[in-house]
Amino acid sequence: MIEVRNVTKIYTAKGKDIVGVKDVSLTIEKGEIFGIVGYSGAGKSSLLRCLNLLEKPTSGEILIDGVSITKLSKKELREERLKIGMIFQHFYLISAKTVYENIAFALKAAGKKKDEINQKTLELLQMVGLESQKDQYPAQLSGGQKQRVGIARALANDPKVLLCDEATSALDPNTTKAILSLLQSINKKLGITIVLITHEMEVVKEICHRMAVMQDGEIIETGDVYNLFAHPEKELTKTFISSVIQMNLPEPLLKGRKGVVIKIHFKGAIAEEAVVSELFQNFKVKGNILHGKIEYIQETPLGIFIMELIGDEAEVKRAIAYIKDRIENLEVVKHVA
Amino acid sequence: MLDSLYSILPDLNKAFFETLYMVAISLGVSLIVGLPLGVALFVTDKGLLFENVWIKQIAGILVNLIRSVPFIILLVALLPLTQLITGTTIGPTAASVSLSVAAIPFFARLVETSLREIDKGVIEAAVAVGATPWMIIREVLLPEAKPGIVQAITVTAISLLGYSAMAGIVGGGGIGDFAIRFGYYRYDNTIMFTTVVLLIVIVQLMQVIGDGVARAVNKR
Repeated sequence: MIEVRNVTKIYTAKGKDIVGVKDVSLTIEKGEIFGIVGYSGAGKSSLLRCLNLLEKPTSGEILIDGVSITKLSKKELREERLKIGMIFQHFYLISAKTVYENIAFALKAAGKKKDEINQKTLELLQMVGLESQKDQYPAQLSGGQKQRVGIARALANDPKVLLCDEATSALDPNTTKAILSLLQSINKKLGITIVLITHEMEVVKEICHRMAVMQDGEIIETGDVYNLFAHPEKELTKTFISSVIQMNLPEPLLKGRKGVVIKIHFKGAIAEEAVVSELFQNFKVKGNILHGKIEYIQETPLGIFIMELIGDEAEVKRAIAYIKDRIENLEVVKHVA
Repeated sequence: MLDSLYSILPDLNKAFFETLYMVAISLGVSLIVGLPLGVALFVTDKGLLFENVWIKQIAGILVNLIRSVPFIILLVALLPLTQLITGTTIGPTAASVSLSVAAIPFFARLVETSLREIDKGVIEAAVAVGATPWMIIREVLLPEAKPGIVQAITVTAISLLGYSAMAGIVGGGGIGDFAIRFGYYRYDNTIMFTTVVLLIVIVQLMQVIGDGVARAVNKR
């Protein structure tokens, strides 16, 4: 669907070169919601803006549905942009136009006829739930409503791709949830590929299928969201994930423990099985649960338990082996003191 | 005192309409030429729709050139041009030529400034939607800058009213000229006072109307 090949973007400001995106290659599949996370200045915004050529990559190639957009003429690029919707953190609506006119503007850009514009605009208004606000001006709307107008405008010409530039970062938590579920339903209903960038891990956890982590212009880790949440490899990825899933015990609590402290990640269906209770039935160890949580990442459970095992050393070892046998992810946090 | 006021009424009336005539013509011309020029100054800037360093530079220099010449000198210097366009160098129509030439760059700069206040993101969003540059100018830039452009028209009209006082040099007439000839040269304070009050009222009126319209078109 979207193929980014060795894209580099260098900005020149006051004679100095600043690298925005450094040799990034990436494939985004049709129909998926792909999240790019990173701190501000990591280059995620530059990368996203390269996807519809708001920024022209210094080198590299971008293919959308097999079409190399980096090689299009101005006119062809404009036509291609009709098929790539984009929404922004600060909405960027035309303040002098009503909600209706803002959406109709996108259809006019595609050269649609009046009747068609009218019909489609009303359809879009209904989809984003703003029928009764159609004659209001952006200044009269709340942030969430403005973003809905932005979404309707972006979807006006039935795009294949929707780019979201920190689309929920200016919204409060409740509105964020509502906008995210709207994006999710758009993705499901219309099959539109969504690429979003954010610094909020919550957003990724909520709706993304796959994700990439960016740092200093490079993609340092890519993968299935669930798997990355379960086994983050890079330090930065771990930091981002810990912002939504607390996985570490406070140091003082760990110090006072006498037994072996283990951390277990239950993934998927096994999180709902009775592994822990079987453990205590089969082995002569006492368990002391210090921390336990089951997170649902898009309806797939991810369980995290931190337990202290107390008992005969050999028996504890056997117990650990038993769990390791059934669950791939077990980490001994602290051995016997 | 009332007597002398009464006796000047026909002249004052004539002067009033001469002023109106000159301001209307030159305001009209400066809108027709200055608006596209202002848009051109803006869109040829770096990173914008029609980025073009040469046009930007040449237009910028031309605008500054005209703006740096004192109006009274411009008025005289442009006499050949006036002769060419109107076939005469005296009268309110002739004066309107130099008034227009002075007002065009003035208005164009004001238009440019109000366009600059538009959030670049709004323009970018229109680009991302696939709109053509012309459509962006018509449907994004001009509507977004409308309140600013209305203010610019007000300021230009008021400035033209001021400049038109100098039109007497080429026999343009008008209220300002009337005040100078009858009030200032003849030491007739009544006339001078009356005309100045009249000018103040006109300026106030223009400002109030301009502000009102600007408020009405402002949707922000």
